[in-house]
Amino acid sequence: MSARARLVMFLAAALSLGVLVLWAYGGLPDFGHYRGPYGDVLNAVSVPERNITDVVTAVNFDYRGFDTLGEEFILFAAVIGVAILLRAQRDEEQREASEFAFGRSAPRTSDAVRVVALSLAGPTVVTGLYIVAHGHLTPGGGFQGGVVLATALLLVYLAGEYSFLRRAAPLSLVEVCEAIGGGGFAVIGLAGLIAGAAYMENVLPLGQVGQLNSAGTVPLINLAVGLEVAAGFVLILVEFLEQTLMVRLKEPT
Amino acid sequence: MRSALQLVTLTLVAGGGLGVVLTRDPLRQAVVVSFFGMLLGILFFVFQAPDVALSEIVTGAVAAPLMILLALAKVRGGAE
Amino acid sequence: MSLYPFIVAAWLLFVGLYGIVTSRNLIHLIVCMQVVQASTYVLLLSIGYRHDAVAPVFAEVPVGTPAVDPVVQALALTDVVVGATVSALLFAMAVQVHKRSHTLDPARLVELRG
Repeated sequence: MSARARLVMFLAAALSLGVLVLWAYGGLPDFGHYRGPYGDVLNAVSVPERNITDVVTAVNFDYRGFDTLGEEFILFAAVIGVAILLRAQRDEEQREASEFAFGRSAPRTSDAVRVVALSLAGPTVVTGLYIVAHGHLTPGGGFQGGVVLATALLLVYLAGEYSFLRRAAPLSLVEVCEAIGGGGFAVIGLAGLIAGAAYMENVLPLGQVGQLNSAGTVPLINLAVGLEVAAGFVLILVEFLEQTLMVRLKEPT
Repeated sequence: MRSALQLVTLTLVAGGGLGVVLTRDPLRQAVVVSFFGMLLGILFFVFQAPDVALSEIVTGAVAAPLMILLALAKVRGGAE
Repeated sequence: MSLYPFIVAAWLLFVGLYGIVTSRNLIHLIVCMQVVQASTYVLLLSIGYRHDAVAPVFAEVPVGTPAVDPVVQALALTDVVVGATVSALLFAMAVQVHKRSHTLDPARLVELRG
């Protein structure tokens, strides 16, 4: 159908959806007057019960840990999907790449970019590890810290050191790390079953509020999730870059 | 609406979303998406949600434009 | 005026859907989907917000202080990262589509079937 007909149909559908949305909004409490009981209960109970000061992390990895396990596996499956799709394409085109490699030279990265990127790569790794480790004390956690860690490797690539990126993060090692992170979460949940409680219940010693090794299983789960998210994003990055950069690597030096 | 800061940030986010959709060229859209991610991060921070703001800044302003540019590079690399 | 955040969430939803419907480039389409996802985050966080409350992190404030809802923040947090990864998968699929049909235009993709 023509673009105009599609647009008219969309406007009609959007109008009816808009009416439904506004009708639903009538049933919500006013903005700023949150009523629900669960938020207040969790805020009051999280510090005395589990010694976790960041209640959002407590909800994510302790009270509602099973759902986070499911979401982590969505991430895992999406990364595997990217790897499968792009590797099949790369194997087919590997034979043609060498034909148009000659006569192409990649521009050298400017010195300003190299200096800034390389000097920021180290602090970014430290920041990422800090965010992962302190997830149960201050805002942060495995998901955010994992992406920051992957960004550090991206900075190395931006500085033009792609060969270092290939050596520091070979595909086999990255895949193993991602599998360990993903499986680690599920296995840590088994500790609950072994101790005689429910799956993924917080059974390790809780420690003191505000200490780094408090809150039982939550720091371990944070580490597993951080490893998995970092490895996942690095895998996506390397898969996308593999073919684009293969031509650059073959240039006559 | 108690705070002018929330009002202004919400309006900027609405404008940013419109800007992302109206930028048809994916290469320019990568930059606009990065900006939109930063605006969303500020909005989440103003709504007292530092965890979500951290998440959004790291993925929306860094990882999403990166993947757009990589997808474009792969597409154009084969088309030449 | 107390409905303004919800109106902005609905606006983002419809703007994103309009972008998806009228898109001529698969990569532009996937980015518009990210705008739709952003509308759900804004809606979730607006539902959990409480006036004159602090963030639900009790590292330095005493435990009884009124705070905003942590459950919706937990929902939005994992969703942001997982949404970015699923977008990466969609980009990989768009790259494959371009390789097979040499076009990224959704309107032309229908004609090139078979």
